[in-house]
This record gives sequence, C-alpha cells and structure tokens, in this order.
Amino acid sequence: MYEEIFGKYTPDKENLLYILHEIQDACPQQYISSEAVEAVAEYLHITTSHIYGVITFYTMFSTKPRGKNVIRLCESPPCFHRGSERMLKKLASMLDVKVGKTTADGLFTLELCACLGVCGNAPVMMINEDIYGDLTEEKLETIIASYKGGK
Amino acid sequence: MKFYRSHVLIGIDDASLAAGVKEFEALLRSELAKNNLSEEINILETGTLGLFGTGVSMTVFPERITYVNLKITDVTEIVSEHFLKGRTVSRLTLKSPLKKNYDFNYKNRIVLSNSGKINPEDIKDYLAAGGYEGWEKALLEMKPTEIVEEVKASGLRGRGGAGFPAGLKWSFTAPLEKDQKYFVINADEGEPGTFKDRLIMEGDPHKLLEGVMIGSYAIGATKAYIYIRGEYKLCIHRLEIAIAQAYEYGIIGKNIFGSGFDLDIMIKIGAGAYVCGEETALIESMEGNRGNPRSKPPFPGVEGAWHLPTVVNNVETIANVSEIIKKGSAWFKGYGPEGCSGTKVFTIMGDVNLPGLCEVDMGTPLRTLIDEFGGGVTDGHQFKAALVGGAAGVFLPLERLDVNMDYNSLKEYSAVLGSGAILVMDERADIVEMLFSIIRFFRHESCGKCSPCSNGNTLLYQLIDKIRKGKGKEEDLDTMIEVSLVMQKTSFCALGQSPYMPIYSAITNFREDFLARMK
Repeated sequence: MYEEIFGKYTPDKENLLYILHEIQDACPQQYISSEAVEAVAEYLHITTSHIYGVITFYTMFSTKPRGKNVIRLCESPPCFHRGSERMLKKLASMLDVKVGKTTADGLFTLELCACLGVCGNAPVMMINEDIYGDLTEEKLETIIASYKGGK
Repeated sequence: MKFYRSHVLIGIDDASLAAGVKEFEALLRSELAKNNLSEEINILETGTLGLFGTGVSMTVFPERITYVNLKITDVTEIVSEHFLKGRTVSRLTLKSPLKKNYDFNYKNRIVLSNSGKINPEDIKDYLAAGGYEGWEKALLEMKPTEIVEEVKASGLRGRGGAGFPAGLKWSFTAPLEKDQKYFVINADEGEPGTFKDRLIMEGDPHKLLEGVMIGSYAIGATKAYIYIRGEYKLCIHRLEIAIAQAYEYGIIGKNIFGSGFDLDIMIKIGAGAYVCGEETALIESMEGNRGNPRSKPPFPGVEGAWHLPTVVNNVETIANVSEIIKKGSAWFKGYGPEGCSGTKVFTIMGDVNLPGLCEVDMGTPLRTLIDEFGGGVTDGHQFKAALVGGAAGVFLPLERLDVNMDYNSLKEYSAVLGSGAILVMDERADIVEMLFSIIRFFRHESCGKCSPCSNGNTLLYQLIDKIRKGKGKEEDLDTMIEVSLVMQKTSFCALGQSPYMPIYSAITNFREDFLARMK
C-alpha cells in the first residue's frame, strides 16, 4: 500500500524524512504505523530502530494515531508573551482534552510546538496545514466551530 | 501584453493568510466582475508588502495607494469608491509617518527589493526586475576565485546568527579537489521571533536561487540543497515552483549557458527540530538521520554532507550575493558600518503598535527600529526590555536602547545580533515568566546528545520553575548563571551554549523582578 509513495523516491536513506512525511500525510489518523515503519525499513534497507529514532526525534512525526485535525499551538517566547498559555487553557477546556491527547470524537489532537515563524501575529497556532494568528478566546471558538462543521 | 487600467498587488504570506487574505481576494474579484471591471483591473498575488501593519494589505498601481488591515466588509466600498469613482478610501490607507518609512525603507532594500512588487510564482517577473543577471555575469565573465574574492571584499557576514564572513567560508572549500562538493542553504528558521527567511523565500524565491547558483559555482559544487523546515508550507511550494521554472529556462541543469557547468538544486524538508539549524545537525538530518550535531573539526567545509566538502549558508546571507556580483563589493560596502557591511532584515514584535519586518542598513539604532519601523511601544505603555536575537538572545534594558544594531556594537554590551529578532516588552511584561518560557524552549529542543545541555537545561528548568512559583532563594539566581556558564563552556553545540546569554542578561538587568518573586 506504500508502493505509490516509494515510487517517487530512490531507495536511499536520505529520502527517509520525505517518505515519512508522505506516509503520515496520507494516513487519516496522521501517524506512522508499525506496519509502515517495517515497509520503509525494507524499502530503504535500514533498521526499524533507525526509523523509530528519527520519528521520535522530530516533533512533526507521531507513532500514535491522532485526530482528524492536529492543532499545534506555539508556546515559544513571542507567543507566550502574547498569551499562549491563556489560549492553551481555552483550547483544553473547549475540547476537553489534555496536551498530546485526542478528543473522544477523534476530531482533534492538541499539541504544543516551537516557533512557527509568524510571530508578528502572536499568539499563533497551526491546524493541519493552515495557520491562525492574532488568536483570542473568541476567535478560537469560531475557528474550532468551523472544523466541527466538517471543514 | 494585455493593458489594464490598474494593477492591484495583494501580499500573500503566512501572516496575511492568517488574516483571511484568500477570502478577501475572492470577494474582491467577484465584486470587480459584478461591476464589469475584471478587464480593467488586474489583481496580482505577490509576497509580503513588507508593511508594518498586520492583516490583509494591498497596493494599487499606478496611483501607488496602499490599503492596510482590510476586512471583507471593506470590499464593496473599495470597489465602488476607488475603482468606479476614482476616489481613495482614505480611512483605509497607510498613514504617514509610516508611509514615509515604507518608501524610505524600500530604497534601502537588497534582499527584499522585489518582495511585494513581483509575483513570486513567475520567473518572468524576476527576470524583468533584472533577475539572473548576476548569475549570467558570474558564470560567463568571472572565474570562481574572482567570485570568492568579490564576496570576501564585500564584507558579507552570515545572517543566521554567528556572523561568520561568507567569502572566507567559501575560500576554505573552493580550492579542495573532490569529485563532489555541496552547497547547502540553511532555511531551517527556528529561532523564536525570527521570520525573515520565510518572507524572503515567500516574496522572492528566485533571489535565493540566484545566490545559490553563484555560490555553488564559486566553490565548485554541482549539487545544491535547500533545507527548509517542514512547517514552512508556502515557502516549500514557492521554491518548488521557482526551481522548476529555473530548469525550464535552462538557468540550472546541464551545461548552463553553454559554459560546461552543471548544477542541480534540490529541496530537503525538515520535520520540526530547532537543533537542525545547527549546520552539522542539519547535515545529519539531510542524510536521513536524527538531527544530532557532529563533532567539529572537521568542519563541514572540509567534511560535510556524506563526508564531502559542504558549504552551509543562511537564506538571507545568500539572498545578498546576486546583487554583490552585479553591482560590486564597493557598492555593498556603502551600506552599514565598517566591518558589518550591508543591510539586515529585522523582525519586530511584542508590545509595539505595528509588528512586522524591515530591511535597513546594518547598524541602525535599536530605538529607531522600535519607534519608526515598529510604530513605537504600544500606546499608553512604557518600554521595559527588548529581547534581541531570539531565545538565544539578550534582554536589553532601557539604558541600552540607543545601541547600534550590528555585530560589533552589540558585542560591546555582550549582546548578539543573532537572527535579527526584536521582541519588545512593556512595563506589563514579566521577565521571570519570559525567562521561564525561554528555558522551557531550550529544555524541549535539547537533542540529548551531550550531558551539559540535556542535564543542564533540566536543572535550569527546575530552578526557574521554583522561582516563578515563589519558592526560590536568591542564591538560585547565582546557581542559574553558574550552570548556564558551565553549559556555555562545555556543551557540544550552540544550543547548549545559548541559555547563558538570556539568563545572565535577565538576572543582571532585572534582578529586582526575580527578588520580588521571592518575598
């Protein structure tokens, strides 16, 4: 089932990060399964332990199933200064979920991340590939509602 | 070419996307169509307009009227007033004195000279602006050694943080005789508060590519990589387009311009790790490994990617190269003070009226940057501190506000220019909490390879957490300075060496704030 992705890359270790990104993006639960790791190891002729080492090193990868939408709230100094802690509280209470966990309905996973480089609009978060800035508690309500509506 | 009465440039970057620029543009297009103006008014998407307003902004040519902070509800008014009746909607225009700075700022731009003026997704726009003339000159009229010498003479220093002379770095690798050498761009911009490279790549990706081409030729590399952090989706997208166009036009590829020189440019994508901004960690990551830094020496210039000679340069550094080759090193030295020539892109955020970025002469005073380009400290509040250089930077108090922002002047205050991030804090800011946030960041990003960094950051985190909870003692402050100093002297790479500067500067300049938490 990963042949299509493998077909785009030569079997060289240097393509590992690209392949992992693609596998994770194609997975509805936004994670890299143990079956996927086995398949990548075979294709690239590297050990599964090397791949797990890489997956766990980078914050964008996950070995656990996640929600349909992954929320990544920036907690770096510029966002922290503009109230990211308040946004975190709001998100956690609104979604009734702890950091690193997925909501019961499987719609959202709440994560924290380092600087996203949109500091002029702090506080900032990313949902999947979209960036939301100048966050306020009211704005969070609207944004989350739009995803609940099936976005 | 089709003739239009007006051209409207809309800046598309992550910041304007966050402010809903796409919805705005769609509505503007449909409103123009409704009024039968689609054939008269041309809408172009461009990079950042470099304005000190956040939100959706656009410039209308030939009038050169710039509208800022636009809302969807403004569309009908703009179309009926400006485009139908020819009357400027003054309530939405960019106000002076900001306008003055905006114009002034543009004249001094090198790396952002095209940003906000051209369509970054069309190579023809870049060519029309004089693009790839530097590459043509370098490849057809200059020897690689002459290019290295020219860049050396320009005094261009690394804009990623360390400030190492770029020409000198190239001169170590250029003479090495190897079958394969690599030219690598560090676009893993992760220093908190820094987003200059993102705006350069989003606004004018070809300018970076032109620098990559010249640099690769100068050091004799036939393969170049741009390592971008995985979060920068728009940058990746625009660079992919730019690279494909460059191949299509024969500007890269085999036997370029009949010179016999081959060059391939490829993109590598990161996956979220601050330490990968360290050049040897970046190389490890490029090879498909964990981003643990390597021991130096050997330096990458001698033994880098796949153990072959590799030059790693920052995006902003290389975006200067084409103009240096085109206009000469003497022209470049006309910007900035002796020893720190050129311009610098600063990002200004926090408690200012208009957060954003600007490109100014190196050595521009911090006060000017905050007051004129950042629109001043948030109305009704007083300046307390500026964190200059990102998380690995320094807290500067009011007394240091007149420092000139260049490598040498900042060094006198034991401060660093770093990546050019300026986080302004007013009297409401809590320095203890800010330092906590910085240490938490380093603790999270430490790669765990060496003990001074991994254990040191954990210890620092415990101490600052104790202090912020009101359980600290005064001697904890000295312990923090001592621990971070040991880390600075013994850590394997720059990450572990970094906490000392923010810790020392916060505690010495704002000791009272820490003591107040202990009462």
